[in-house]
Amino acid sequence: MEFIFFITSGLFLGWSLGANDAANIFGTAVGTRMVRFRTAALIGSVFVILGAMMQGSGTTRTLSQLGSIDTLGGAFTAALCSAIVVTVMTWKKLPVSTGQAIVGAIIGWSFFTSTPVDFSVLTKIVGSWVTGPILGAFFSALLYLLMRRIIRRTSIHVIKLDIYIRLALIITGAFGAYSLGANNIANVMGVFVNSISLTVHFGKFTFSTIQLLFFLGGISIALGIATYSKKVMETVGNGVLSLTPETAIVVVLSQALVLFLFSSTSLYNFLSHFGLPPIPLVPVSSTQVVVGALIGIGFVRGVQEIRFEMLGQIALGWLLTPVLSGFLTFLTLFFMQNVFDVAVSGHERINSGTDLTPKIQNIIHLPANTDRLLTIAAIGIFLLSALVLLLHYRRNRLKMAANEKKLAEQIQYTDYQKALSEIELNNIRMENTSMAEHLEEKRKELVTFALNIGEMKQFLEVLSDSIEAADQEQNLQRKHELLHAELVRIRQKMSFTHEVEHIYKQAEQIHSDFVSRLALRFPDLTEHERRLMVLLRNGFSSKEISPVLNISPKSVEISRYRLRKKLNLRKDENLTQFINAI
Amino acid sequence: MFARANKSIELINKFLNCVDQSLLLFKDGVKNYLYRDQGNFASNLRSLANSEMESDVLRREIENTLYTQSLMPQLRGDIMRLLEEMDNLIDQAKKNLFQFDVEMPNIPAELIPDMIKLTQISTSAAESVIPAAKSYFSEPANVSEKIHRVYFFEKETDLLADVIRRKIFREMPELKLSEKFHLRYFTLHIENISDIAEKVADLLTIMAIKRTV
Repeated sequence: MEFIFFITSGLFLGWSLGANDAANIFGTAVGTRMVRFRTAALIGSVFVILGAMMQGSGTTRTLSQLGSIDTLGGAFTAALCSAIVVTVMTWKKLPVSTGQAIVGAIIGWSFFTSTPVDFSVLTKIVGSWVTGPILGAFFSALLYLLMRRIIRRTSIHVIKLDIYIRLALIITGAFGAYSLGANNIANVMGVFVNSISLTVHFGKFTFSTIQLLFFLGGISIALGIATYSKKVMETVGNGVLSLTPETAIVVVLSQALVLFLFSSTSLYNFLSHFGLPPIPLVPVSSTQVVVGALIGIGFVRGVQEIRFEMLGQIALGWLLTPVLSGFLTFLTLFFMQNVFDVAVSGHERINSGTDLTPKIQNIIHLPANTDRLLTIAAIGIFLLSALVLLLHYRRNRLKMAANEKKLAEQIQYTDYQKALSEIELNNIRMENTSMAEHLEEKRKELVTFALNIGEMKQFLEVLSDSIEAADQEQNLQRKHELLHAELVRIRQKMSFTHEVEHIYKQAEQIHSDFVSRLALRFPDLTEHERRLMVLLRNGFSSKEISPVLNISPKSVEISRYRLRKKLNLRKDENLTQFINAI
Repeated sequence: MFARANKSIELINKFLNCVDQSLLLFKDGVKNYLYRDQGNFASNLRSLANSEMESDVLRREIENTLYTQSLMPQLRGDIMRLLEEMDNLIDQAKKNLFQFDVEMPNIPAELIPDMIKLTQISTSAAESVIPAAKSYFSEPANVSEKIHRVYFFEKETDLLADVIRRKIFREMPELKLSEKFHLRYFTLHIENISDIAEKVADLLTIMAIKRTV
């Protein structure tokens, strides 16, 4: 019972970590509704526990090296003070990291119990606070460039891209949760590792202290994710840290990689095996790595996009959190020891983690005299140089791109002018065609007119000769017959058959498509009715149609009436409108 | 999941083709009206009305698919707005052609080439929006260079429309004032197409910036 009571502070810290830090992993995915909260919480919870159980020992050992809290009372106080600092600072919207809070608490405990602090370990931890965000920036810059290149080169349709992004968000989220569990479980349960020793039997399985603590810590983080992170995720997705899903993949992956590197015992052993400087196994603040990753993306997109106040926030977090946490722990330990009479320190002081459970010792073989500070500085300098080179390369590329853009704009402008000239040319062609048709029409009219004049002249000459012959005729009856014949000829000529035919032909030519449609739709029409319809289509009134068809206006009206009957038109339907609509 | 995505892609492509076809019909319709080809004009009008109906159906189907299948939660609002604005192009084209049919404006022969040119440039602005929209879906980085074409044609449309209006009011005393007003409205109607295209271009620019990684 005592054990359960004392670790509640650690569980509270775990709950707080889950509630806040899960938003760094799934915040954008849930906030932008790309992934449902239920899916995110389930994946996050499972992978946090897996990470804690499978890879949480490395960072725990480093924290134990900093200060091995050897009583439950001391561990409870340190975890509780860290949790209070984290909660209050989160509430006051100040930058905070669980890792920095717990480090401050351990130092506070060391000062209170007069346990010497291992400054080489402290340097290693503080160094990781700097290298973590820098590494995050480096990874995110590289991944961002890579992702941008892939998206631009592949030209995937936005809908398909949406599906790929969802899958990527889930996979990177799972990796992020795993790394969070692996790296940050030390913050939650690290202080309890040396304060208790118990073994739990569950059927055929036996759980050691570390396994049990990591499992409970993992569960507490998972509970934080499941119960409270939704609110934080929705705020992150739509608020200050609002990212596009593509950027979120890069940020989460960078953060997961950094946390993984700082917690992978296999990588540590691998590098040590080859005599390379290993990456220290230290709990890193996921929020600060995220900020570093955002700055890395800002570098790639252009320096003007970087919010430099974020750097100030990180620095403030580095200073404020451990100081506050250490001070609070010191004070609380005083009360715990003197007021509540709780033992906060054992008799044996542990300086270098020699009392650690054999399991942890077997996993890690630290090289004895590695200069950690130098390693961290070297990595930092290397990353910074790489970043500067990257920026230089990018600046040159931007310059070239700007020149290319200018050239492309000039070409584009020429293209537009060309397109405009083509439109004008087409118009002129169209106009010329129309004019040529008009000219041809006029020419035909002129020819017809000239022919008519010739014909008329010929007719009048014949008429003149005939009248002259009739005038010279002596026989009165014969004279009368000749004059009558000429009169008949004149009357025949007055019907203007040729001219009417010409007018009709012209009307048909103008509406050639109408004539063909008419024949298809009303095959039973007589020639007279067809002509009447063509003239009506041309806008001729009854009065104008009368001389053309050589009938009286009254007869035109009768013809129109008959036509209506034949076309089955209702009383309210207009004949001209009906013809125009054909 | 991918089958649903393919269906949505197909619907969007169909919609864009529908916009393209409607603009061609509009252009042809105005030309037929101006050259007094009543038969073909009526046929253009009918086809454009059908095209407008089809585009409405497609737009609703796309909206339905995007929302029911929860596709692109962040972008679908913008995409639906884009499709709505593009649908406005078809609506405006149809409205304009119907106005020609109903009001039958008397366009003097000397204005016909200018009116045809105005129609062509205005629809060119709208036609240029289609490749830009297609580019937004696959290559958002290329949208801006395609959008320039829209702005260019829109500006040219405005200039030509001004020239036509000046000609109507200053160089054609034989026209009645009512006829001048009537003609001015028709230049404005045609000009509206390029104005809507410009709106779509503005929207596309912002959308492309949002999508640019």
